Amino acid sequence: MATLELRNVNKTYGKGLPDTLKNIELKIDDGEFLILVGPSGCGKSTLMNCIAGLETISGGAILVDDADISGMSPKDRDIAMVFQSYALYPTMSVRDNIAFGLKIRKMSAAAIDEEVARVSKLLQIEHLLSRKPGQLSGGQQQRVAMGRALARRPKIYLFDEPLSNLDAKLRVEMRTEMKLMHQRLKTTTVYVTHDQIEAMTLGDKVAVMKDGIIQQFGTPKQIYNDPANLFVASFIGSPPMNFIPLRLQRRDGRLLALLDSGQARCELPLGMQDAGLEDRDVIVGIRAEQIVLAPAEANGLPVIRAEVQVVEPTGPDTLVFVTLNGIKVCCRMAPDDAPAVGQSLNLQFDPAKVLLFDANTGERLGAMSSPQAQGRADNVAQFKGR
Amino acid sequence: MINAQRFTFSRVAIYATLILAAAVYLVPLVVMLLTSFKTPEDIRTGNLLSWPQVIDGIGWIKAWDTVGGYFWNSVKITVPAVLISTFIGAMNGYVLSMWRFRGSQLFFGLLLFGCFLPFQTVLLPASFTIGKLGLANTTTGLVLVHVVYGLAFTTLFFRNYYVSIPDALVKAARLDGAGFFTIFGRILLPMSVPIVMVCLIWQFTQIWNDFLFGVVFASGDAQPITVALNNLVNTSTGAKEYNVDMAAAMIAGLPTLLVYIFAGKYFLRGLTSGAVKG
Repeated sequence: MATLELRNVNKTYGKGLPDTLKNIELKIDDGEFLILVGPSGCGKSTLMNCIAGLETISGGAILVDDADISGMSPKDRDIAMVFQSYALYPTMSVRDNIAFGLKIRKMSAAAIDEEVARVSKLLQIEHLLSRKPGQLSGGQQQRVAMGRALARRPKIYLFDEPLSNLDAKLRVEMRTEMKLMHQRLKTTTVYVTHDQIEAMTLGDKVAVMKDGIIQQFGTPKQIYNDPANLFVASFIGSPPMNFIPLRLQRRDGRLLALLDSGQARCELPLGMQDAGLEDRDVIVGIRAEQIVLAPAEANGLPVIRAEVQVVEPTGPDTLVFVTLNGIKVCCRMAPDDAPAVGQSLNLQFDPAKVLLFDANTGERLGAMSSPQAQGRADNVAQFKGR
Repeated sequence: MINAQRFTFSRVAIYATLILAAAVYLVPLVVMLLTSFKTPEDIRTGNLLSWPQVIDGIGWIKAWDTVGGYFWNSVKITVPAVLISTFIGAMNGYVLSMWRFRGSQLFFGLLLFGCFLPFQTVLLPASFTIGKLGLANTTTGLVLVHVVYGLAFTTLFFRNYYVSIPDALVKAARLDGAGFFTIFGRILLPMSVPIVMVCLIWQFTQIWNDFLFGVVFASGDAQPITVALNNLVNTSTGAKEYNVDMAAAMIAGLPTLLVYIFAGKYFLRGLTSGAVKG
């Protein structure tokens, strides 16, 4: 039970080498679930090792409950970690694996037995206690690794890609279980993953990292609806956001994006009115679920007719690909609405939800401040409900 | 089908070759065993492979009388040297793989040179060192030389074994609150049985069979059995007692043979598990 704050944390492995972590600023409240997400090599695991004390930081401070722990050794930080490879002690039984940390902390034998019983009941591994890790399946090893972390009742849990060694079905099961566990125990947690679905589903807060820099820190909803830049927008969301490079125009005081499907053209008026955006190369970002079939009667929103190139049924949704401005664009539709390949569709976008990015820097253009962004998120919900 | 395959020509040829090869390797042992149980008279008249006319243990008794004391010298040298060098090698390997420090790779590289150093090159510096330490002509001195010389190998064995163990294990233990020695003793050492066996066998064979260090650094009653055997066999006075020579050679070779018989499966397992890349 603790708050965690990172103040301007830097990490470098030596002079002349590029920084592994750059000016990391984060703060999470007691009981919050923080996700560090990013591609391989973005520094997320290094950051986690720094929090655990397995690596030293080159600058800044790590605070737990407002006390600086950055100089402490790992064992004094009261932090437990679950590793991607589980890192179970292979020569010890499950019971001894769970009890190891407690024995070292000189807990009495009776108290250890009690704690092992509590944890193994919680994780439903009571029948495995006398087995060795080598005799367990991947999912069982995962549970034992969690048990080892839970037994110490630390201030903070760290999870380093704990689900990535499991098969797809088990991964989804364990994800739900992990969320349930966190809701029950309410322990502050930092969770590293490269899986954006885990990031969206588990986190109270998400930090998207790239090249040792936090690209955006916010709630999953903020990250999804209001990405700070092209990288965040492209990394979060499946199927990925559609990006259409084009040049904006201004007519009658309104910003317009010209879309061309090959058989029709459409002038999409944009929600933001910032000056200086016209005649500029931008990238328009639209999520797959924000492209919908136009209703039979006109609703004032622009419509574009496009030919279906590919249809991918995924079960709950069907992904339909059309070409806009020479770019393959993905639309998500209900399976019953899904057209056949070669058919033409009338598509609509809500201009208010279209995002703009600078074509050179990838920075978000015309971003609204947070309250408006929140309003925009609600719009999305309404739009989807229609 | 299976039965038909069992008696094909190629099968027979393979087994014939293997049996022949085994026989070639076994002949010296057979000759030694047969000769050791013959009387000197029998040796002079019969041929090498003939069965003894009477099985006579006098060769073994005489041999034990001559080299028995030196046998225990060898035990007193080998056992501590093997144990100490294995233990230190394990510690070295642990540090070099799990607690890398600045320059540890260079350190390991230099240590590897020790594996390629011929015995002869270290004779002089070693005798100088143990002389300075006041350990010249003592069993302790000889143990020290063997430990130091063996460290390069034992460190290599353990380092390469531990390198394949994931770092996360040590990280997990550190977060669990375990210190340097606890991690080594409670987690890594119990995992090291195959490589410990490899190391013990290797070091035992090396040190027990060593002649050069024994002849240089030990004298008189402190000599190991290899030196004593040489003295016995190369003696130029009196009649040659081949049965005694052979029995003494068997006594000198027996411990390594037994080590291989009892621990050989670990040796193979350790080698084939990819742990030893030396």
